[in-house]
Amino acid sequence: MAQAQAAHTDADNGAPRGWKRWVYSTNHKDIGMLYLYSAIFAGVVGGILSGFMRWELAEPGIQIFPGLAQMVYGVSADASIDAGKHMFNVFTTMHGLIMIFFMVMPAVIGGFGNYFVPLMIGAPDMAFPRMNNISFWLLTPAFLLVVISLFVEGPPGAMGSGGGWTMYPPFATSGQPGPAMDFLILAVHLAGASSILGAINFITTILNMRAPGMTMFKMPLFAWAVLVTAFLLLISLPVLAGAITMLLTDRNFGTAFFDPAGGGDPVLYQHLFWFFGHPEVYIMILPGFGIVSHIVSTISRKPIFGYLGMVLAMVAIGAVGFIVWAHHMYTTGISLNTQRYFVAATMVIAVPTGIKVFSWIATMWGGSIRFTTPMLWAIGFIFLFTVGGVTGVVLANAGADRAMHDTYYVVAHFHYVLSLGAVYSIFAGWYYWFPKMFGIMYSEFLGKLHFWIMFVGVNLIFFPQHFLGLAGMPRRYIDYPDSYTLWNQVSSWGYVVTLVGMLVFFYSIFEAASRKRKAADNPWGEGATTLEWTLPSPPPYHQFSTLPRFK
Amino acid sequence: MTGFSFRLARASLPALILALLPALASAQELGYAHPGQIGLQRSVTPVMDAMVAFHDHVLMWAISAIVLLVLVLLVVIVLRFNQRANPVPSRVTHNTMVEVVWTVVPVLILFVIAIPSFGVLADQETIPDGERTYLGSQIFGGAVEVPEPGLTVKAVGYQWYWGYEYMDDDFDFVSIMLNDDQRAERKPTEPRLLAVDNEMVVPVNTTVRVLVSAADVLHAFAVPSFGIKVDAVPDRNNETWFYARETGIYYGQCSELCGKDHAFMPIAVRVVEQDQYDAWLAAASGGDLSGANATLLASLE
Repeated sequence: MAQAQAAHTDADNGAPRGWKRWVYSTNHKDIGMLYLYSAIFAGVVGGILSGFMRWELAEPGIQIFPGLAQMVYGVSADASIDAGKHMFNVFTTMHGLIMIFFMVMPAVIGGFGNYFVPLMIGAPDMAFPRMNNISFWLLTPAFLLVVISLFVEGPPGAMGSGGGWTMYPPFATSGQPGPAMDFLILAVHLAGASSILGAINFITTILNMRAPGMTMFKMPLFAWAVLVTAFLLLISLPVLAGAITMLLTDRNFGTAFFDPAGGGDPVLYQHLFWFFGHPEVYIMILPGFGIVSHIVSTISRKPIFGYLGMVLAMVAIGAVGFIVWAHHMYTTGISLNTQRYFVAATMVIAVPTGIKVFSWIATMWGGSIRFTTPMLWAIGFIFLFTVGGVTGVVLANAGADRAMHDTYYVVAHFHYVLSLGAVYSIFAGWYYWFPKMFGIMYSEFLGKLHFWIMFVGVNLIFFPQHFLGLAGMPRRYIDYPDSYTLWNQVSSWGYVVTLVGMLVFFYSIFEAASRKRKAADNPWGEGATTLEWTLPSPPPYHQFSTLPRFK
Repeated sequence: MTGFSFRLARASLPALILALLPALASAQELGYAHPGQIGLQRSVTPVMDAMVAFHDHVLMWAISAIVLLVLVLLVVIVLRFNQRANPVPSRVTHNTMVEVVWTVVPVLILFVIAIPSFGVLADQETIPDGERTYLGSQIFGGAVEVPEPGLTVKAVGYQWYWGYEYMDDDFDFVSIMLNDDQRAERKPTEPRLLAVDNEMVVPVNTTVRVLVSAADVLHAFAVPSFGIKVDAVPDRNNETWFYARETGIYYGQCSELCGKDHAFMPIAVRVVEQDQYDAWLAAASGGDLSGANATLLASLE
């Protein structure tokens, strides 16, 4: 590997400087950083939105949103109650869309995927560097369209689109005739196009540009995870694009795909949406599986347990993920036999997921573990993802789902797998690769403090929501019967704790940037066996001018 | 902060007591959640009996056991396999026996879950014909008899209220949430956000078929104590049923996002004795709904 480093001394010849380096960038590491920075930005925006929702829900009654509507939209005091009620729905909609399309996906796929997949497979860059650039820059207009949608009319007399991130018709068609919905549809179109281009790039890169000697079944698990994710994106996103195009033509050009009056069917939209929507949840979590696998193996100083099983489990989760979509639709009136099928198919997913959880545990078993910050996040991920996973098994049963459908139980479930699962994997990856990406070391104390505060905070937010859901509190409610006060209060205080954790996170970045502790090329020791640790920290602008040979 | 923690302590104490004493909770006989509730609402139908049994006695045990197992394994790892306790890592990467076990055992657990799961599901989705028996709380093979439907009510979701159409008697009315002032004036004992002007009235110990539809956008008709939740879709009639065995008033809330007043279109079902129902029906179908409701309320007190 010394020879690989020697080739890098003048590797950044001709690299563009200044703003051109970022705007014109075709370099996978620079684009990866752009994705990560924009994910952090979107995460802050989405987190602020949820802060207002938890503030509102801290007490029964309507407190915050009428005043907020007066401030933001300048509505009169008389109209502010109605404007505030709609604004709450806009916030839930935007929180979902922003966290999914502009935070989690850019972070795990665009960010870590772009930065580390080429490094891990020993490639000089992505297969299509210029397409990589457009993949990223499509997100900017998409986000702008989302922001514009907040300030144009949605339903008559109210601003913004409040139909939920799922955008079900007829509320997304005849229910909200204003242009806000159109802006949102176009935003999702652009974000989807960005992801499809990215997916093509990853598939081509991973299939064609692995270092000599690296066969598919010697490839690092993160690359496998991104490969499976890219296939899910490539197959599912065109279906979403079709569905929302039909929404668009229903709204603007007189078609009736989802309008019963014209022979259409609103439930058809739900089938199309969830054919995308269910694989989408695996799109968000599979790269996290890859990240956690590496951290667990590296820091336990043990090879991954059951590598082949881990790969096949991811492929199985991806494949089965396409045939379970209607478990989001148990209450829509689909027939008994259809529900039976989807119950059975959905429960099957628990098996490969269990294989992954137990394989991580087996990887750590017998290891010699140093509980560094990324390891804390990875172990936190494994536990909290398990909690979210088992409530998924509960919801998979249509007979039990009837009680929890569209309640806070569902909110708790998907935040345990995403907000506590996917986001934990993002933080795990952030601390694990921080020394590699920036060449400096974060503070272990601050990283651990961040972990523990967040761990308490997010569990305080989301665990009581299981109780609310079982007790019957529906989701997307600005106000609730007084019986639900206690656990909503606890949940809202959990948000405050989480907010403190996030402040520690940002301070830890600032602290690391000002202290500039030089990071070693490989700070994790002998357990770190993937190729990115053979490069300097940070890696040179162009790496692997001479391809590494993989034994 | 202190104010909050005091409030929290004051509010959580009864919740803790209720959680520890389920009998006390059911003694309240609410048709909606009690403060601090952590479990499913009280059941008054055979279908909800089965759902409660399935969730509380099968699913909760299974998922708690799995989470505890993972937690215990992680704790053991933290204690035994840290670098001080175990400086030299093992190199084990395969163990076929273990891998087979953690694939097969979950499959077996899922089979055990699936047996009652399919039973509960079929019960929910099959309208009684008088012959078929239902599981009730004995989810591994109960046989509760349920008569065939004696009444059909069509519930239609509007932005933002419900309409109830008594199909056998050809009359209908709408049911709108009472705001705080109206509630204080007309029904001060009923809960905020759940009290309505005109409840759906049905007789006790009668199978009621409910057709659910919508007039504008999607809504969902749900009554937790009955174990029912059905989406209201324009131009579709979705079907469900319930057989309530206790009189009382049972509340639900719209469960599909429908716009700004999504949180303010509750469902209230008043279950009454057959003779009270007959009197109410005669008056209400004759056109005097408010008179019928007033008489009914008076007879209940």
